[in-house]
Amino acid sequence: MISPVIEAADIVKILGNGAGQVQALKRVSLALAGGQLTLLMGPSGSGKTTLLSILGCMLTPTSGTVRVGGKSTEGKGPEDLAKLRREHVGFIFQSYHLFPTLTATDNVRLALDVRGENSSRAVAKSQDALAMVGLAHKTHAFPRELSGGEQQRVAIARAIVGNASTILADEPTAALDSENGHAIMTLLSEIAKDPSRGVLVVTHDPRILPFADRVVRIEDGRIVGAERGGGKSGKRSEDSIGIYDYAET
Amino acid sequence: MSLIFTLASRNLIHDRLRFVATVVGIVFSIILVTVQMGLYLGFGQMVTTMIDHSSADLWIMPTGTKCFEDPSLLDERKRFQALAINGVTEAMPVVIGFADWRTPTGGSTPVFIVGSDLRSGALPPWNLVDGSIDDLSVPNTVAVDQSYFDRLGVDGVGTIAEIRGQKVQVAAVSRGIRSFTTTPYVFTPLDRARAYTGTAPNKATYFLARVAPGADVESVRSRMRANLTDVEILTQAEFRERSRSFWLFDTGAGFALFAGAMLGMIVGTVIVAQTLYSSTKDHLNEFATLRAIGSSGMYIHKVIICQALINAVIGFGIAACIGWVIVKATAESALPIVMTSGLTFGLFALTVVMCIISAIAAIVKVTRIDPAMVFTR
Repeated sequence: MISPVIEAADIVKILGNGAGQVQALKRVSLALAGGQLTLLMGPSGSGKTTLLSILGCMLTPTSGTVRVGGKSTEGKGPEDLAKLRREHVGFIFQSYHLFPTLTATDNVRLALDVRGENSSRAVAKSQDALAMVGLAHKTHAFPRELSGGEQQRVAIARAIVGNASTILADEPTAALDSENGHAIMTLLSEIAKDPSRGVLVVTHDPRILPFADRVVRIEDGRIVGAERGGGKSGKRSEDSIGIYDYAET
Repeated sequence: MSLIFTLASRNLIHDRLRFVATVVGIVFSIILVTVQMGLYLGFGQMVTTMIDHSSADLWIMPTGTKCFEDPSLLDERKRFQALAINGVTEAMPVVIGFADWRTPTGGSTPVFIVGSDLRSGALPPWNLVDGSIDDLSVPNTVAVDQSYFDRLGVDGVGTIAEIRGQKVQVAAVSRGIRSFTTTPYVFTPLDRARAYTGTAPNKATYFLARVAPGADVESVRSRMRANLTDVEILTQAEFRERSRSFWLFDTGAGFALFAGAMLGMIVGTVIVAQTLYSSTKDHLNEFATLRAIGSSGMYIHKVIICQALINAVIGFGIAACIGWVIVKATAESALPIVMTSGLTFGLFALTVVMCIISAIAAIVKVTRIDPAMVFTR
């Protein structure tokens, strides 16, 4: 059995205080195995982003446990959680979140710089990562000089340059046209072929379903279903699909 | 090389208008502090210029003398008592006082008479550009500074004027002996000084004592204190410090200069803090992204402090250039702004501290940043 890169068990998250209190997640359990591209789908307000934030160590759960790269997040402070993120997690955001004043190379290199890697080797690694996403010719371009699809590729390069075991993508195709969206998902699907790396994509875009190895559906803070997707990687073992998902009973 | 400097500098340059406003704020603040502190130093030097140019080991003065310009008088007997003390080789009288100078054209202006035995070198005029000390041995001659020519109605050596109804002739001209009170100094031999100030022949304002070569000044002073009553005996350094302290602090002038410097610092700190804070707010999304991709809080703090330091270095660089021009422009004025290497270094350190303090509000802001905000923006 493949060990999960991220594992969440019985996650409850309560947001707000007093009368405005909302239970965003209700005993959600989810594990993400290496070599898989998992789609987390659900309507707006279903808890997708909250779950993503907790899996990415940006939010702490009200109760339940999260293990990232085999390490529990329980009792960890903001600095320890940041350390877990930089060592194990790569993020891709809907609106890219690139630094407008930095070149593509420097945007990617930032993920290494925050880890203390700032030698010339870091520049080479960043350029290699850009080459991997098909932007070898745009290393010196600033974000304003890149199309939306290219900017998202830079963001993907930033997410993978540090060899993160988990890539968490929040609506990575939402701001792109279908052609660019398809290209981005193809890229993420390629990345997910690496058995040491798991990719979780939060989306409500049904067009990307064919890229998924697994589809997890969430509604009203609960996981309501997990199914095998139409993933193209085609090398998953049976026991790596769907067995880590739990819904409240 | 780390990206911290790149990110910090580009964050600043990204908003040029705000960057320029910040630098201008720092420049004005540092210039204000430079001028105030330069005036403080200049004032401090000017109020002790006579003491600095004297050649004495010990100053004998009436008890309670606050500064060089204090016109209390000593009796000539004190001089002889001092000379009788083992180790004292000379006790040179100095007479000072205000007098009325009548210009050749009939106007009048107050002057400050400084009289001594010019051959003894106790307190002669310095920086002579015309005439000599020997020329002052001719009866009724004086030395004046060229910066007061207009005030005194003098056009050089040979000009005739009147002091206290007595004709005087300018026999020597100095350059750069200016008075912080703006009252011109007039140097003259001791007997003429007594005549111009109405001082009795057996009186003097100070006795400047020299001790024998190899003698211990402190021991000589102890013996003087034991034998001379109603006088104070100070070393040159002590009298300089007393005069400076009186003019700078007892009169409140120094506090006013310090207050101006403090105001400049506060204004600068507020300007930099305000612009750094608003810059940080504008880049909050980027700082949240940094946090999201795993940067430590310290990494972000370094970016902000680096921004503050870039502001400091550029602001100080420009302020130092402008300050240098101001120092040069005031060098020949009645109250020059003095810049020393110590003050320059101190101002740079002050600029850096000011900018780092200014970064605190921005740092507090990013410390509270929620990395999860990247999902909602």
